[in-house]
Amino acid sequence: MLYREAGQFKTRYAADMAIFPIRQDRIGILVILAVAFVVIPYFGNSFLLQAVMIPFLIFSLAAIGLNLLTGYTGLLSLGTGAFMGVGAYACYKLATIFPGVHILVWVVASGFVAAAVGVVFGLPSLRIKGFYLAVATLAAQFFLQWCFVRIPWLVNYNVSNAIEVPTRTLFGVPVTGPNATPTTRYLIVLAIVVAMTWLASNLVHGRVGRMWMAVRDMDIAAELMGIRLLPTKLLAFAVSSFYCGVAGALMVFLWYGGAEADVFNINQSFFILFMVIIGGLGSLIGSYFGAALIFMLPILLRYVPDQFGIPIRSATVEHLSFMIVGALIIFFLIVEPNGLARLWQITKQKLRVWPFPY
Amino acid sequence: MRLKGLLLSAVLAAMAGVPVVVSKAEAQGTIYVPLFSYRTGAFSGSGIPIANGMADYLNMLNERDGGIGGVKIVVEECETGYDTKKGVECYESTKGKNPVITNPYSTGITLQLIPKAAVDKIPVLSMAYGLSASADGTNFPWVFNPPATYWDGLSMIIKYIAGKEGGLDKLKGKTIGYIFFDGGYGREPLPLLHQFAKDYGFEVKEYPVPPAEMQNQSGLWLNVRRDKPNWMVLWGWGAMNPTAVKEAAKINYPMDHFVGIWWSGNEDDARPAGQDGKGYLSLNLHSVGANYPAIQDIQKYLVDKGKSQTPKDKVGENFYNRGVMNSVIIAEAIRNAQKVTGKKVVTGEDVRRGLESLRITDARWTELGLAGFAAPITGVSCTDHNGHQSAYMQQWDGTKWVKISDWISPMKDRVRPLIEAAAKDYVQQNTGWPKRTESCDKSS
Repeated sequence: MLYREAGQFKTRYAADMAIFPIRQDRIGILVILAVAFVVIPYFGNSFLLQAVMIPFLIFSLAAIGLNLLTGYTGLLSLGTGAFMGVGAYACYKLATIFPGVHILVWVVASGFVAAAVGVVFGLPSLRIKGFYLAVATLAAQFFLQWCFVRIPWLVNYNVSNAIEVPTRTLFGVPVTGPNATPTTRYLIVLAIVVAMTWLASNLVHGRVGRMWMAVRDMDIAAELMGIRLLPTKLLAFAVSSFYCGVAGALMVFLWYGGAEADVFNINQSFFILFMVIIGGLGSLIGSYFGAALIFMLPILLRYVPDQFGIPIRSATVEHLSFMIVGALIIFFLIVEPNGLARLWQITKQKLRVWPFPY
Repeated sequence: MRLKGLLLSAVLAAMAGVPVVVSKAEAQGTIYVPLFSYRTGAFSGSGIPIANGMADYLNMLNERDGGIGGVKIVVEECETGYDTKKGVECYESTKGKNPVITNPYSTGITLQLIPKAAVDKIPVLSMAYGLSASADGTNFPWVFNPPATYWDGLSMIIKYIAGKEGGLDKLKGKTIGYIFFDGGYGREPLPLLHQFAKDYGFEVKEYPVPPAEMQNQSGLWLNVRRDKPNWMVLWGWGAMNPTAVKEAAKINYPMDHFVGIWWSGNEDDARPAGQDGKGYLSLNLHSVGANYPAIQDIQKYLVDKGKSQTPKDKVGENFYNRGVMNSVIIAEAIRNAQKVTGKKVVTGEDVRRGLESLRITDARWTELGLAGFAAPITGVSCTDHNGHQSAYMQQWDGTKWVKISDWISPMKDRVRPLIEAAAKDYVQQNTGWPKRTESCDKSS
């Protein structure tokens, strides 16, 4: 009813090719941004910001990173956790070696270190495909995690083998360290995530993205069309690792405030991979949906019994939330094997012609 | 189809609804103590008895005495699954309810909470785990890790080994194998171990167990068989402990030369090896068993009435008593805080002062109904947040733990400089670390 494009005439190719061709979509995205930038920081309490929204945004960013590789280029990777770790450790090293440079510069710069490492581990992708590539990236996961634990230089010879985040300020307001308020952290994470999503959106809708998708759909055909496979695949690895690296640095510096190597274990990789699969392969909005379902839903479930005053023990709630989330994952995959993003697309399609479907 | 659609929209609506969690208004005149515990996940084997012990002692005080100093304690468990993510989430969700103390019960979570403690004014109690450097009260006014640090534990083990060999000088030429959890917890003792090796002339063989391989140690133990170390020291947690004891038994390693830290000494760690585990040693901070009036009271007020999650036969087991000891420290800190401030309903700031003047003498242990339960805790002060108290060695006789040594005191003169150096290092790395502004109480 409200969501229809009747009367919106496109007179230019640019308007026709726009990412949000319908006016309602453009309004919707503005409303979402307004809510994210104004309403949530203004009305949200510290729990919502610190324990729900910041991690959600960081996981979304990591999921976008993996989605560029797995969803858009068709290269299955199990090394996401390790690439996030590379970002985090690189950021820590850079920030402690050059304390004069602003921390946010290093958060973004650490992505380049992760990209370089990603390219190295992406080299075998020309020869091996599918499950075999997954195994090769699994090697990256184990090797890098081994490095995090065994190379004391990475943690500046800290006896606890942990990285700790120093307090740094931006215009006199602390952005990292214990004195940074959740609101400041949230706004910074949000700004970075929004900017990088916009960048990713431009990448996948442009020539690079089409090259990736051509390689995904059939790499021999892509090669015959003149797409050079190795640079394309390596670029995908580099960009994907860049995103994961920034997500890892954000995770340690603006969310945890300190971390052990075990944070970047294989479970983390699977966690992100599930977000991508549930959310929808080859979809940016799907990355957000996936992160919401896999990360936010358990938190929500954990506080449902409490809100209604039902006395359930914390361990039971934990078991229940595992079961419910597991069942929901299966439910969604049966209803729509292509992920939540596809469901969203179908819903919008149906709304456009509602109430008179043809 | 309609049902499917209905379900779908319900789930999507639930997801879209931003979870605004409103903390329930706490009743006035209570003290809120959140307990972070893990009854799920790979570490639940160690986590469940501790969680039971912690909750039971505080609930027993509520039932028997009506709380502490007449103020009821609100005990709430938050499930962390030993996962740092969930631990931080637990901290954030409980922060709004004015907790007086935080019990992370995981070294990983402790590390996250240490910087936050000073900002949120909630003291962190990491009983004999966490960051060893936090024993330095001058730099870590909000963090407490009594009664002993890992470094104390290691020095006690070396002392015990030396005692068996006939003196510290007899360690020369010996080989000591160190099998450890390959993470912050297991790696922390390494510098001191290597220092000891240099000083006393023994050789160290390291056997790291990666977190993902806790239950798969056979390869490592083949190396142990090849290297034939004279002594083995275990620094394990969760599923890693029973596996190590079983593997040691499998290669016929002499069990009375195999020593675990206090986190590797639960009944369930030794029991799976059965009779083969006989002789396995472990340090302990407190006695095992239920023959204490206070623990009998737990039986009477909670377990017998079905108000506890503890199975009857598990009351008084080693890690159960570890949880009890943890809660005794909490309760005593709150009681102290009431005494120091004269207030009934204390805050986190008051409990911090209470912890700094923590004194549990032998007489006090007896008063608490736990005579001889643990070594007196008298060393905690303004500058020393640990106390470096003693522990004793226990041995598995095939069915239960038997105390086989007197209280072994740590080599405080060796440990203290390390702690101060590590604390200094920590402060240096964290530029802008706040200087201690909290004044010291006279009594501490």
